[in-house]
Amino acid sequence: MICPGDRNDFIRPSSTRVLEVRALTKRYSWRTVLSRIDLSVDAGECVAILGPNGAGKTTLLRLLVGLVRPTSGSIEWFGRPAGDFGAAVRSQLGVVMHRIMLDPELTVAENLRYYARLYGVPDATERIQALGEELGLTDRLGDRVRSLSRGLQQRVALARALLHRPRVLLLDEPDTGLDRAARICLVELLERFCSSGGTVLMTTHASELAGQLAERAIYLERGRIVWSVCGRDEVDFHLRTQPRLMTV
Amino acid sequence: MATVTSAVRRPAKAAWLSVLATLSVLSFALSVVLIFLYAPRDVQQGEVQRLFYLHLPTAWLAYLSFFIIFVSSILYLLRGQARWDRLARSAAELGFIFTTLVLLTGSIWGRPIWGTWWTWDARLTTTLILWFIYLGYFLLRAYVADPERGARYAAVLGIVGFVDIPIIHMSVRWWRTMHPEPIVVRSEGPAMPPEMFTTVAIALIAFVILYAFLLAVKYWIETTRDEVMEIRGALEQHG
Amino acid sequence: MSAWSQFIAIVKRDLLLEWRARELVIGMLVMALLTLLIFNFAFDLSGAQRAASGSGALWVAIVFTTLLGLGRAVALERQEGAWEGLLLSPVERPVIFIGKLVSMLFFVSAVELVALAVLAVLFALPVLRPGVLVVVGLGTLGLCTLGTLFAAMTASVRSRDVLLPALVFPLAVPVVIGAVRATTLELNGFTADAAPWKSLLGGFAVLFFALGALTFGSVAEE
Repeated sequence: MICPGDRNDFIRPSSTRVLEVRALTKRYSWRTVLSRIDLSVDAGECVAILGPNGAGKTTLLRLLVGLVRPTSGSIEWFGRPAGDFGAAVRSQLGVVMHRIMLDPELTVAENLRYYARLYGVPDATERIQALGEELGLTDRLGDRVRSLSRGLQQRVALARALLHRPRVLLLDEPDTGLDRAARICLVELLERFCSSGGTVLMTTHASELAGQLAERAIYLERGRIVWSVCGRDEVDFHLRTQPRLMTV
Repeated sequence: MATVTSAVRRPAKAAWLSVLATLSVLSFALSVVLIFLYAPRDVQQGEVQRLFYLHLPTAWLAYLSFFIIFVSSILYLLRGQARWDRLARSAAELGFIFTTLVLLTGSIWGRPIWGTWWTWDARLTTTLILWFIYLGYFLLRAYVADPERGARYAAVLGIVGFVDIPIIHMSVRWWRTMHPEPIVVRSEGPAMPPEMFTTVAIALIAFVILYAFLLAVKYWIETTRDEVMEIRGALEQHG
Repeated sequence: MSAWSQFIAIVKRDLLLEWRARELVIGMLVMALLTLLIFNFAFDLSGAQRAASGSGALWVAIVFTTLLGLGRAVALERQEGAWEGLLLSPVERPVIFIGKLVSMLFFVSAVELVALAVLAVLFALPVLRPGVLVVVGLGTLGLCTLGTLFAAMTASVRSRDVLLPALVFPLAVPVVIGAVRATTLELNGFTADAAPWKSLLGGFAVLFFALGALTFGSVAEE
């Protein structure tokens, strides 16, 4: 569903279409988790995917990054053929999910170096240093991930996701388990990412994060899009009036 | 709504199925006559040898089933169409039954002749391993929650399993020849008189027709089952 | 971002992790040694036929140990989502397969060295012949190719610890038969007779290495 009253066509040409989702459906046997989801995202947009628990937000994200195969429908990244999740696509996506995807027994630096090699990051050492500074991890680079707090681990996960300079950041409930300070940090980081041309897709069931960042919001319930709005004011209004959304 | 009407539709091959069923009955009737009245009594083994006419065709079908699974699995992984998975599922069920029959007829046949219920004859042993591969195939499908995932995994197992079967057979045969047995087990005997050959050929044809019939029916059942699943999904969504 | 550097990164990380945590190899080693011990009490591993029973015991130990190791390795990797992190990266699936295979080969080889030493010392078997080592290498390779493929398949399936052996044992029969026969022959000094078995093991390893690499993509994702 393209945003009604879409200003995107005026401001950004469609050649910056980053993601095109059509009639995406995921079924497990008879149980439908997602039903005919349509979504178009252009470069530089910051989209919040909202909904109560069990709405299908996480499944949607997992489908978008290629961890789960759809039952029907299509996902097109960067104008490539539908269902193409090859190296070219994956190298432009940065993903932060609920599980940190790091080895607790390895140090922060070791984890990041491993991912840098997987993603073929040319200037790994400098990049890790720079990200460490940006995320306030410099003095913890040599510590095992196991010894970090949840908030710090989340930051390392973010560093991992940003290592290869992705065009798109996908985050699944990035604010869970974070205290106020950490959340502010996260918001700032995402704002910086968006303003430098990156695209953000973020699921959350708390309205605060969405309210601070999102120019677009989509509300899912029981696998279907209930509403989809553009523009900060619209988003704010819907967030305030939508029941079942947490205000943290 | 299209799915509802298609599930209620009679099998598209209804006429075909009737023909197959009739042919099957006829050819089986002919086989029974041949087996008991036409084929000669075996000098060494006696009447028990007639189990051979059951044993050989079921063995062929057990392996044919796996071949069908192999081809369907490749097509499923390449094309992703549900029909190939359905065909694999159907062939697997039939194949498992026939493999069990091979083991049973082999055992029953062997008891009076070799004095034991089992011998580690190369072909029988390979069939026993095939039986376990079939079992693994069903366990895999049963334990994987998502049917699409289960179909994909089963397809990989089908391909790997089929490629492995000749290697298994070869290794078991070498294993046996390194340890020659006192009784050399031969299914057919030193030479097959033409009456025996005709009988086993007719029996084989009868079984293949029966197999085609059963496979078609089973495939139809699986198609219907998938459609019921779709309908249930649609209802759940709108409910 | 070459496949080679990705492969090296995967193997290095697996080895480094194991070096830090030492979760896998210790468990595998205990399993292997206990199996040999039990075999000693179950069969006569000191008599004249000890080459045959010794190689049988060795290979049973290797099979069980490998499957145990694979099962635990895939489970550990999925705990914090490291596996998903790997899948999300641009690494081609065959490269992941080869990387995981090689890592597991390192671990199993380490355990096998100890097991062979035990066989040599406790049961006076001449395991340090090159022929024996070649057979052990080929058999392990064949076993691990099958095991890596099916371990990844069954990693997030219920009853994985039952399902993995149920799938791998029947398929691994040629490896077991060939490896036990060849090891026995080599231990008794009949190297020429062991040659066809070694070809079988080698062919098996190559064939299922190729099949595993080709089909790993279908198995890796959910």
